[in-house]
Amino acid sequence: MSQLQASPRNLITHGHRPRLRARQFTLDSGFEFVVRALALVPLALMIGIVALLLLNASLAIVRYGFHFLLDSMWDPVFEQFGAAPFIFGTVFTSLIALIVALPIALGAALFLSEYAPAWLREPLAFMIELLAAIPSIIYGLWGLFVLAPIMRGSVEPLLKNLLAPIPVVSALVEGPTIGRDFLIAGIILAIMILPTILSIARAVLQAVPQAQREGMLSLGATPWETIQHVVLPYARPGILAASLLGLARALGETMAVTMVIGNSSSKISPSLFTPGYTIASAIANQFTEADKAVYFSAIVELALVLLLVAMTMNVLARLLIARVSRGPKGARL
Amino acid sequence: MNTSLSQASLSRRMLINGAMTLLLTLCALLAASVLLAILVYVTIQGLPALNLAFFTERPLPYGEVGGGVAPALLGTLTMLGVAGLIGVPLGIATAIYLAEYGRGMLASLIRFVVDLLAGVPSIVVGVFVWAWLVRQVVGNFSGLAGAVALAILVIPIVTRTTEELIRLVPDSLREASYALGTRRWRTILFVVLPTARAGIVTGTVLALARAGGETAPLLLTTLGNQFFNLDLRQPMAALPLQIYSYAVSPYEDWHTKAWGGALLLIAVIGAFSLLTRVFSARGK
Repeated sequence: MSQLQASPRNLITHGHRPRLRARQFTLDSGFEFVVRALALVPLALMIGIVALLLLNASLAIVRYGFHFLLDSMWDPVFEQFGAAPFIFGTVFTSLIALIVALPIALGAALFLSEYAPAWLREPLAFMIELLAAIPSIIYGLWGLFVLAPIMRGSVEPLLKNLLAPIPVVSALVEGPTIGRDFLIAGIILAIMILPTILSIARAVLQAVPQAQREGMLSLGATPWETIQHVVLPYARPGILAASLLGLARALGETMAVTMVIGNSSSKISPSLFTPGYTIASAIANQFTEADKAVYFSAIVELALVLLLVAMTMNVLARLLIARVSRGPKGARL
Repeated sequence: MNTSLSQASLSRRMLINGAMTLLLTLCALLAASVLLAILVYVTIQGLPALNLAFFTERPLPYGEVGGGVAPALLGTLTMLGVAGLIGVPLGIATAIYLAEYGRGMLASLIRFVVDLLAGVPSIVVGVFVWAWLVRQVVGNFSGLAGAVALAILVIPIVTRTTEELIRLVPDSLREASYALGTRRWRTILFVVLPTARAGIVTGTVLALARAGGETAPLLLTTLGNQFFNLDLRQPMAALPLQIYSYAVSPYEDWHTKAWGGALLLIAVIGAFSLLTRVFSARGK
């Protein structure tokens, strides 16, 4: 489509003209050159970020190797840098966030694309966009003063009473509730990634061809059966992509998490009520203390790990989205 | 699939349909009510903090009456200004390249990299600028480093918004311009960009406003300051950093000021989100 639209432009500008005025020709190609050169800056920047982080982390990478990722002892005084508790905290909180946010986001996206009356769609979509635009410091503020007291006062004791008698699950609710823990961080993250997942899922659902729905409905299926058997299977890779992008956002969130997670590098524990660190909150809390070269290098390596994980998820998500916009094999209309 | 459809009785299927409709509606209500809860709470808590002193005074030590976020406002605006000077031309130029010239491998690569850049966690951008400018080039925390970090965050957003808006400009306008003998560069600068101007301006300001709400990268680069400072080589105050330091303090009065700052941030971002939406709706 875009190729077709673009072709007349090509003809006019690049086509053979017998009497080109030299000055104009120079300005035209000069402009293109400048624009192209500036467009290379994002590329250079991305390469620069990876290269500089690698360079500065090399001391820690060489010295600790894979122990950096596997050891659970983070002790700057004795120059022991094992980031396993931070990695665990990041994965744990992000998974809580995804488990809480995905069903709600998907449900809301389905409501918006399949049920909502036309007049409601735009205002709701705008609200979601706004929710995505709220700075993370404000979520942190809200988490600190509103969510944490509620969780500590009523939700967490309730969870404890409910789950403690069940043998294996009880490990999730061990320990006292102090209002700074993985669960609260996970819930705040869930609220933050909800609009991310919702807006992508909505776009993906809108890409499902209308004829697919109509075909199903004309066979006598109810609206829910249409969703279940046509819309969701068609959109599945895209929904997976939305989850990945939500997860990537959760992994990198810093301030909101820092304010409610407690920031103590405790042992790795499966309890939701453990105060801990994520990679991002560890960086934010410790960068001012990094006086020694190896400490500095270890913190840069934390950022590098975060970057690589986030990039991998972004790339995967984009591949999946590209697949949805092509549609499943044989389903194209 | 076929068997499940034919075997279930119609009333049962209608019941399931009704239940799921209700459930999906509840999900949407829940998502919307979370936003409302946050907005209402920030407004109620933040309004009492907004007085003249809040906008004009510097943060005072605890116990002194008054005090505000003026250095933070000044610092945020200064750093955003510099970030805009660096990031906006780069973003718009990249968008022009992608929308008007970009074809083939290089364009796909750049588009891919812009998407990647948008997905880099903001704390990582902070660490990058910290390791580079703060520790190696300048030697201390500085407003300049903060501005560079914000510029890096702004570039991908400006590029995406601008590219989208340039693509909305009808080809007939370009063709009309070419038909009058106008060259391509003039057409882009004086026909295409002005047509998309309103959207590009609001989109850019929204990108800057969002960057202005970033806390983690600023913490690592400019650190914060309790005093007025316009020297880019020195640490600068910033609104999100001020909110953070007020929020983690033990004082009730400072908490109110944190909410006031939060309200200010949300109001600015909300206003520009609305404007951007109006312009892109008009474009379509």
